[in-house]
Amino acid sequence: MSAPILTVEHLTMRFGGLTAVNDLSFLVYAREITALIGPNGAGKTTLFNCITGFYKPTVGRLTLAHPDGASFLLERIAEFRVAREARVARTFQNVRLFAGMTLLENLLVAQHNALMVASGYTLLGLFGSRAYARAQAGAIDKARYWLDRVGLIDRADDPAGALPYGAQRRLEIARAMCTDPVLLCLDEPAAGLNNRESAELNAFLRAIRDEHGISILLIEHDMGVVMEISDHIIVLDYGLKIADGSPREVRSDPKVIAAYLGVPDEEVAQVEAEVGL
Amino acid sequence: MANESEPAKPLDLPAAVKEAAIAALVALGLFMLLIGIRTDQGPTGALVFTTRFGALAAIVAAVFVATLIRATLLRGAGISVARLLPASVSTAASALTGYAAAAFLVFALIVPIVFYGNRYLLDLAILIATYTMLGFGLNIVVGLAGLLDLGYVAFYAVGAYSYALIAHYLGLSFWICLPLAGILAAFAGLLLGFPVLRLRGDYLAIVTLGFGEIIRLILLNWQNFTGGPNGVSAIPRPSFFGLPFNPSEHGFAATFGLAYSPTHRVVFLYYLILALALLTNWVTLRLRRLPIGRAWEALREDEVACRALGVNTTTTKLTAFAMGAMFGGFAGAFFATRQGFISPESFTFAESALVLAIVVLGGMGSQLGVAIAATVMLGGFELFREFDQYRMLVFGGAMVAIVIYRPRGLVATRTPSVSLRDHKDIPAAIVRDARTETAA
Repeated sequence: MSAPILTVEHLTMRFGGLTAVNDLSFLVYAREITALIGPNGAGKTTLFNCITGFYKPTVGRLTLAHPDGASFLLERIAEFRVAREARVARTFQNVRLFAGMTLLENLLVAQHNALMVASGYTLLGLFGSRAYARAQAGAIDKARYWLDRVGLIDRADDPAGALPYGAQRRLEIARAMCTDPVLLCLDEPAAGLNNRESAELNAFLRAIRDEHGISILLIEHDMGVVMEISDHIIVLDYGLKIADGSPREVRSDPKVIAAYLGVPDEEVAQVEAEVGL
Repeated sequence: MANESEPAKPLDLPAAVKEAAIAALVALGLFMLLIGIRTDQGPTGALVFTTRFGALAAIVAAVFVATLIRATLLRGAGISVARLLPASVSTAASALTGYAAAAFLVFALIVPIVFYGNRYLLDLAILIATYTMLGFGLNIVVGLAGLLDLGYVAFYAVGAYSYALIAHYLGLSFWICLPLAGILAAFAGLLLGFPVLRLRGDYLAIVTLGFGEIIRLILLNWQNFTGGPNGVSAIPRPSFFGLPFNPSEHGFAATFGLAYSPTHRVVFLYYLILALALLTNWVTLRLRRLPIGRAWEALREDEVACRALGVNTTTTKLTAFAMGAMFGGFAGAFFATRQGFISPESFTFAESALVLAIVVLGGMGSQLGVAIAATVMLGGFELFREFDQYRMLVFGGAMVAIVIYRPRGLVATRTPSVSLRDHKDIPAAIVRDARTETAA
C-alpha cells in the first residue's frame, strides 16, 4: 500500500439541523482507485463538494499531499484554488459542460491558468506574442491527446451540447484531465452508460491510474464497475462510514449488506446499535 | 415551398374564425382609446373631442383578416413563417457573413465621401457609429460573459463627464482625456462588479439598472462639481492632432490649404468614432481567442464548471465588467466632445435600453449583427420620423416580430474561437445567453 494522497479527519458537514456527513475519517492512497459507495442520501456528493472546495466543512481537516511533498489543507482554500493549486479535478453528477462551445474549446478552458500566464495575463496575447502562440499550440496538442483517448477526436469541432450522453461524460473526464490533476474526483461516471460504454470507462480509468499515475476517487452506484476497478472501497450510510477496505472485504461485510438490502425485522435493533444510530 | 417534415393539417375553418375573432377583440380593446378617440386643442384652448371609429373599424378588420389568413392559408398549407424565414435567412447569413462584414466596412469608410454635402446624414452616421461602439462594448458583458447589464449608460456617462470635467477643471486636451475617461469608466465597472459578483440573470439586471440610475442621480445632484441639471457646457472640441477646426490661420483648413468648411470637423468626428468602434471590434475579436475571452464564454455557459476547472470567476467577471465599461467610457468621451455640452438628461435608462436592444437584436456575441442592428434601429428611427407618433408603434411592432421570428437576433450563430480541422458555426439553440440564466 502506497502513501496516502488525501487524509480526511473528523469531517462533519451540517446544513442547519441536517448532518449530511458525520465525523468521517478515511485515507485515499496514491495511484489507487478509491470508490465511495452508499445508498442515496448517504452524503457522498456532500463529501465530494467538501473535498473539491465547493462546501466549507463545519468541522474537520482535509489534507492533500502532492507526490513532490507539497501539502494543502483543502478546507481552507477557495474552490478554484483547489483545482488550480492543489490540483484536484472533478466531474459532476449532472454533467456540466460548456454546451455552446466546441469540444476543443472545452478542453482549452480547462488549461485556462497555464494559458493565462503564457498570454502575459492577456496583454502579450493581445499583441500576438510568439510565446503565446506556442503555448496555445501546446494546449491544443494536449487537448488532442485527451480527445483521442476518449475517442472523440473526430468531433473536436462540434459543440459539446450536441454530443450523446455517454460521450458528454467521457468529455467531462477528458476536460478534468486537462487540468493536470493529482487527484481526480468522479461523481457517478458510469451513470447512464450502457454495458459496452461502462467497460470502456473501466479500461480508461485504469489507464489514467497506471499510465499517468493519478489517484482516482469516485462515487458510483453501478456495483459491477465498483467491484471490478476499485482498489479500495469506502461505504457511507447516513453520513457515517460503515465499512472501509478492499472490494472483497466490503462485499462480505454484514453492515454493508444491511445498508443496501435491509435486514430481517428481528435484527434491526442489533444492526442499528452496531452502526451507531 | 411547403415544409415537408410537417404534414399539412386539414383546414379547420371554424377554429380559424374563432382565433381571428379573439385577435380582433383584443385589437378592439387595445386600439379603442389609442385610435378610436382623439382630443385636439380647439381655438378657445379647450379640448375638442373627436371620434375616429372608421379608422378603428379598419384596423380591427385588418387584424381579423391577417389572423384568418395566417390561421388558414399558411398553417393549412403546412407553411410556418417562423420556420421558413430563419432557415433561409440563417443559411444565407452564414454563407455571406464574411462578405457582408467587408462590404459593411467599405461602406462605412466611404460614407463621408459619398454624403459629403449632406450634413444631416453625416450626423446620423456619427450617431450610428457611436451606438455601434456602445453595442460592441456591451456585447463583451452581455454577449460573451452572459452578464445581463441594464445600466450600461452609467459608463457612457462616466466617460462623458470624465472628459468634460477634466477638460473644464484641468484644461487637458481630448487626446489625453480619452484614455483617462476609459480608465475611469473601467474603475466604475469594477465598482459595479464587486457587489454583483454573486448575482445572475434577473437579479443582476435589477442591480445594474439601479447602478445606472445612481450615477445619473449623482451627476444631477452634485451641483457644485458637475453643474447638476445645467450640465457642463463649452467642452473643448477635438483638434486634428493639435490643429483646431476653425477659420483661423493656424486651423486645419488653413494648414492644408483648404477653404474653411464646418463639414471638416464633422467628417473628422465621423472617422474618429469609426476608428474607436473598429478598435473596440478588433480588441473584442482578439480577446475572444485569448484565454480570458474563452473564460468569459465558459462563464456564460456554466459558472460552477469554471470554478471546478480552476478559473477564478471573480477576476473573470470583473475584467468583463471593466473591459465593457472602458469602451463605454471611450464612447462617452467622444459624445462629450462632439456635443460640446452634456447634462444628466442624455444618460437616462432609455439609452441603456436602446444599447441592449441593439445587442439583443444583433445577436448576442455577434459583432456584425450589432453593427447591422445599430444601423437598422437608428436609421429606422430617422426614416420613420415623418410618421410622427406612429413611429413608436412601427418600432414596437418590429421588435415583436423579431422576438417571434428571430429570438436569438439577426446573426444567431456562434463562431468557435479555435478549430482543429473544419470550421463550423454553432447554432444559437445550443449556446446559452444572458436571458436563459434564470431558467437553470
